[in-house]
Amino acid sequence: MQAQIRRIFTPRIGSDGFVLDVSISVGSGISALFGPQRAGKSATLEAIAGLMVPDEGRIEVDGEIWFDARSRVNLAPHRRSCCFVPAGSGLFPHMTLKENLLFSAGCRRMSRLERHRRAAEVLECFALEAEAGRYPGEVSGSARLRAVLARAVIARPRLLLLDETARNLDAPLRNELYQWLRRIRDFAAANIILATSSPQDCFEVCDQVFLLVAGKVVQAGAPQQVWSHPATVEAARALGGFNLLEARIVGLDPVRKTSRLALGPTELTGPYFPGRLLGDRVTLCLRPAELSARPAAGPASPNRITLRLERVLDLPHAVRLSFEGGIDVEMSHAEYDEHRHHREWAVEFPTASMRVL
Amino acid sequence: MWLSLGVAAAATLASVVIGTFLAWLLAGGDFKGKCVIEAIVELPLLLPPTVIGYYLLVIAADGSPLGRLYASLAGKPLLYSWQAAVVASVLYAAPWFVKSIQPAFEAIHREHGPTARGLGASRCRFFFYVALPLAAGQLAAASLLVFVRSMAEFGATLMAAGNLPGKTQTLSVAVYDAVSRADGAAARNLTLIASLAALAALYAARKLRTQRAVS
Repeated sequence: MQAQIRRIFTPRIGSDGFVLDVSISVGSGISALFGPQRAGKSATLEAIAGLMVPDEGRIEVDGEIWFDARSRVNLAPHRRSCCFVPAGSGLFPHMTLKENLLFSAGCRRMSRLERHRRAAEVLECFALEAEAGRYPGEVSGSARLRAVLARAVIARPRLLLLDETARNLDAPLRNELYQWLRRIRDFAAANIILATSSPQDCFEVCDQVFLLVAGKVVQAGAPQQVWSHPATVEAARALGGFNLLEARIVGLDPVRKTSRLALGPTELTGPYFPGRLLGDRVTLCLRPAELSARPAAGPASPNRITLRLERVLDLPHAVRLSFEGGIDVEMSHAEYDEHRHHREWAVEFPTASMRVL
Repeated sequence: MWLSLGVAAAATLASVVIGTFLAWLLAGGDFKGKCVIEAIVELPLLLPPTVIGYYLLVIAADGSPLGRLYASLAGKPLLYSWQAAVVASVLYAAPWFVKSIQPAFEAIHREHGPTARGLGASRCRFFFYVALPLAAGQLAAASLLVFVRSMAEFGATLMAAGNLPGKTQTLSVAVYDAVSRADGAAARNLTLIASLAALAALYAARKLRTQRAVS
């Protein structure tokens, strides 16, 4: 699926103006539109589903044009082989689970026989036969989640668009959602686009991530690739969890493949940065786990800065130490417990981990 | 009494059909001219009933286009007939019906509209399969109150339909007539009937709303 979507949202009372200018090429499998609030994720899904008309652009799915501003093609939502599940979407409370499914099938002009046959098939696939005649209020959260997904795939959409579906789910239901999404991808042959602001969603199920910031795609790729190598400062900020430090290149040695970076009054040795020039202002990008810290004692050594500890945060897998200057370091609980009474720490910047943006 | 019930039933039916359509239209989001339609819908709520009656007298007069059209279709003039009492009641009750139903439709639009649109449902399908069943309790409660409201309509009915006993004399007009004739017993009986009907309708409407909220 390829989509170029441009839409200008004019400022209104209670909402600022916003420009959505997104270009994505979605492969098969599960893709994520990842980004903070007001990044344009939902608007992009709505445009693909036909619920929002872009000012400019083109949406093409498997060779079929769903929208083209130039030739004024704009397929109605029910003629697009996709299903959009908006954020907080629930089942219709006055219909049984089966009636919910039949309602969805009826929106796609299936014959009555086909609707019932397909409903029986999908109810069996999603293990909902026992609850088919029950109302949403009478079944478990798991059954409701399965029914929402079953209702979405009953008409065999080529594209399944899920907007923050995992947001309000507890951990067990979230894991169940991931399992069902993988099954839909593998067995229903539907491509899934997930709008999310949770990195967990991206790593659990997504093959491809589009990072959206302020209505634009700033990076795309496999989740691991995007999170390990943010392309820009903007991308790193949107992904979150990075130490972003303003620095200046004061020395470059292509022979030794090293560089010197001035970080305030301190100089650090880093790898050689091809394409950078002396005097360039850069942003040093390091994960908290890539830095190490020890109590400040003894003589100063290279690539170590003595900093004052300001805050300690216990995480499930580690301890995060926040130092002056907004530098975060993560270390194991055992390592921290050994030195927990120290205020002055020497933070080490490993040369191999240093990246500039 | 039977005439009053008949007029109120016809007015309720018309108010429910027109009012449901208008409430659905106005609850569906912003569109060009929405403010104008809303203002026109709300106007009868603010105007004195006698002014509504006067408008009816002018619009449905024998010489007016609407009066002529009605006369050609029905074979008799609209004014000073029980049908005029129905029209007066509708003008009086339909806006009230719209205002009581519109929030329910707005809530349904907000909560279920995006889901239905995402599934590819047309507005019509969403209305008949989702909105109407979900708002059924509210619609029934509002219909009951509109029925009683129609029975209570006085000013516009008196001006447009007159006070012809057995022909256009509704319950509220009959009370006025009884009091004018100093017929205390008739006025008391009619007042009691009107009060009991209103009380029963209020009770039933509250029950319907509560049941809906619980389910």
